[in-house]
Amino acid sequence: MSLIEIEDLSVTFRAKGREVRAVEGVSLKVGKGESFGLVGESGSGKSTILRAICGLVPVTGGSIRIGGQPLPSPRGRAFSTQVQMVFQDPYASLHPRHTVDRTLSEPLAIHGIPGSDARVVQALTDVGLPPAFRFRYPHQLSGGQRQRVAIARALMLQPKVLLLDEPTSALDASVQAEVLNLLNRLRAERDLTFLMVSHDLAVIDYMTDRILVMQHGRAVEELSRSDLAAARMTTEYARSLFAASADRMLDPAVAAPA
Amino acid sequence: MTALHAWLSDPNPSSRRQAKLGQIWLAWLRIRRNRLAMVGLVIVGLLLVVAAFAPWIAPHDPYVQDLSRRLLPPGTPGNLLGTDDFGRDILSRIIYGARITLYTIGLVAVTAPVLGLLVGTVAGYFGGWIDAVLMRVTDIFLAFPRLILALALVAVLGPGIENAVLAIALTAWPPYARLARAETLTVRSSDYIAAIRLQGASSARIIAGHVVPMCLPSVIIRVTLDMAGVILIAAGLGFLGLGVQPPLPEWGLMISSGRKFLFEQWWVATMPGLAILIVSLGFNLLGDGLRDVLDPKSAPK
Amino acid sequence: MTLLDVQNLRVTFATEAGPVEAVRGVSFSLGRERLGIVGESGSGKTMTGRAVLRLIRPPGRIEADRMVFDGQNLIEASEREMRALRGKRIGMVMQDPKYSLNPVMTVGDQLTEGLRRRDGLGRRDAEAKAISALEAVQIRDPARVMEAYPHELSGGMGQRVMIAMMLIPEPDLLIADEPTSALDVTVQAEVLAILDRLVRDRGMGLIFISHDLRLVARFCDRVLVMYKGRVVEELQASNLLAAQHPYTRGLLNCLPRIGGPREPLPGLDRTGAWAE
Repeated sequence: MSLIEIEDLSVTFRAKGREVRAVEGVSLKVGKGESFGLVGESGSGKSTILRAICGLVPVTGGSIRIGGQPLPSPRGRAFSTQVQMVFQDPYASLHPRHTVDRTLSEPLAIHGIPGSDARVVQALTDVGLPPAFRFRYPHQLSGGQRQRVAIARALMLQPKVLLLDEPTSALDASVQAEVLNLLNRLRAERDLTFLMVSHDLAVIDYMTDRILVMQHGRAVEELSRSDLAAARMTTEYARSLFAASADRMLDPAVAAPA
Repeated sequence: MTALHAWLSDPNPSSRRQAKLGQIWLAWLRIRRNRLAMVGLVIVGLLLVVAAFAPWIAPHDPYVQDLSRRLLPPGTPGNLLGTDDFGRDILSRIIYGARITLYTIGLVAVTAPVLGLLVGTVAGYFGGWIDAVLMRVTDIFLAFPRLILALALVAVLGPGIENAVLAIALTAWPPYARLARAETLTVRSSDYIAAIRLQGASSARIIAGHVVPMCLPSVIIRVTLDMAGVILIAAGLGFLGLGVQPPLPEWGLMISSGRKFLFEQWWVATMPGLAILIVSLGFNLLGDGLRDVLDPKSAPK
Repeated sequence: MTLLDVQNLRVTFATEAGPVEAVRGVSFSLGRERLGIVGESGSGKTMTGRAVLRLIRPPGRIEADRMVFDGQNLIEASEREMRALRGKRIGMVMQDPKYSLNPVMTVGDQLTEGLRRRDGLGRRDAEAKAISALEAVQIRDPARVMEAYPHELSGGMGQRVMIAMMLIPEPDLLIADEPTSALDVTVQAEVLAILDRLVRDRGMGLIFISHDLRLVARFCDRVLVMYKGRVVEELQASNLLAAQHPYTRGLLNCLPRIGGPREPLPGLDRTGAWAE
């Protein structure tokens, strides 16, 4: 049985009297321990799917099930111990007036979990940050360090599913590599299920096993990792997206160490 | 001293308290560089000191009348700022009046902004019909001129310092509610609020712990800038005989009683007027300085 | 022919903790070609671009042994002379069109403002020129875009409007700071094609600032690789992907590749002498 089951999901926003269909009839299934990717250009609705799962945008049609159970609305506390999210912009996802300590200990306080001190220190160590950073404010951290704090926060309640919304697109290449390595390590250690959104085909290929290509709120094509590497697409749009990312292909001359 | 400075500016604080104090220390360093704000801070500080130590600073009892020494000009030995029509020492009355002024603005400062913050953040966070109802109530209060509304309230409640404070507070909160609502609307859709919602936090926790801290700086700035207005309204109510009652040495009341001799004995009305001017100026300068320090938009990256 | 010659450019910021050097002795010269400047955030690439236009506010300070644009000394030039250069002879395109366009003016008004005020063109002539500029950046319906406000445009459209605006005075040099980073890959390709044609057809010089090595390698003629305010390597763009410098190699190696292995990505070793 799949851990995440999305069937015929639709999300419609009403903005200034006009209806905007952000997601239309998208279905996908992600198995336990799997890593699934959503790719597409801006406005394709890929991030909206993650927000719909979290209850941050209203679902107007279709269903979302986690572990076979339909999600309650509002999502409630039980949901937060199952699913957590890492946001795109590490400069906007941490409260600017809260220390790292407060950010990490708050989920524990909400759920009444004891041993906050030890858990916060452990969480920092797990994401590769020195415990000395515990009482820093976000403005005293670099972008990569902030994103590590955001990952640590998402893992405080030990969820089974991590939703990743372009977690490295705001970071430098070398920092992106570190954060991607960290996410892969945590996934292996904790048997996490990833649902990741990115516009970068190379990142999504490196992180996920299967991908769904989206355009204008609709699912275009589902590809396996080997389909992508061998450029076996059936739709015109997926092929054009792939062609625009041609410089991200594995090139032996480049990959060879100097 | 240097050990303390190093402790305060430690980039890796080892406790919550040290982190907090370090932030306050940084804010202090920033405000210290702003000369005008420091002038404002000194004036407000002086007001506090004068109010606290009034019995020791004042050369005379502010209530003792001496009709043989009435309406003496400033510079008279023993009466530095002169005396009023009952022969009371104006300097002593201004010094004691600082207590009343401080009491008034203190009470207003702890009531109006709190009410405004509560209404504004709740309206902004929940939106929908809650927002509509709360904001229409706010609009009704905003529709009346502040002094007129305060006058009406005092007329109903009866004159006196507590009622004057209540009237001022009830007319002062709507701008704070508007301000807090505007800030809340920008904060509400941010990722860090989405993140804490995702952690299962209740709306009360999100508003109190996450939304209010973001609205607080602009409200504090607005409060300091409004203090001058509060002093003036309190003085205005005193002047009209609807606030503090004689013989209390309230500044507005003193101006009112000096009005009769404005042309011959100008100092009776002018001296308390100068006190109001200086204290209002002090709060305004401080508010301007705080804007530079507290405004989240100008916070360093 | 050299359009811009910069020798030993330094940008220093006075902070509470003492002076911070954002750019530390950068030298380059530019002909009518596409020069790429790549580096991570904080490498000083943006500051280098802004320093050429002297767009650095106090407490920042610009120093250079030589900074000459088409025979004119930019270090000695008065603020008035700089204003005459900015926009007219040296254009600049920023990363996010949202912050560079005036939100309360229509695109048309913004495009024609300079033409009417500076060049004294009539309303009709200015509009005709603005529309042809929008056509030059491949906007299909220029009349509609002229009437639109910036918030009504998509990211790609906004960026094209920005480029059109910079190109109306036909500058000799265009400084483009991450002009395509906010755009989708397919739109990105279109915007690059527009810039490319302008360099070839008009003989314009282009400084292309970006963090994306692969993009710069594909698009530029020559590349400066910057790190911590210094140029660590200068090379032909065609050789960039085979660069030998440890920093450039490190930046290339830490990128994942489609079809690449799943082993951890190599980190960037910042211990070499170049990392001082």
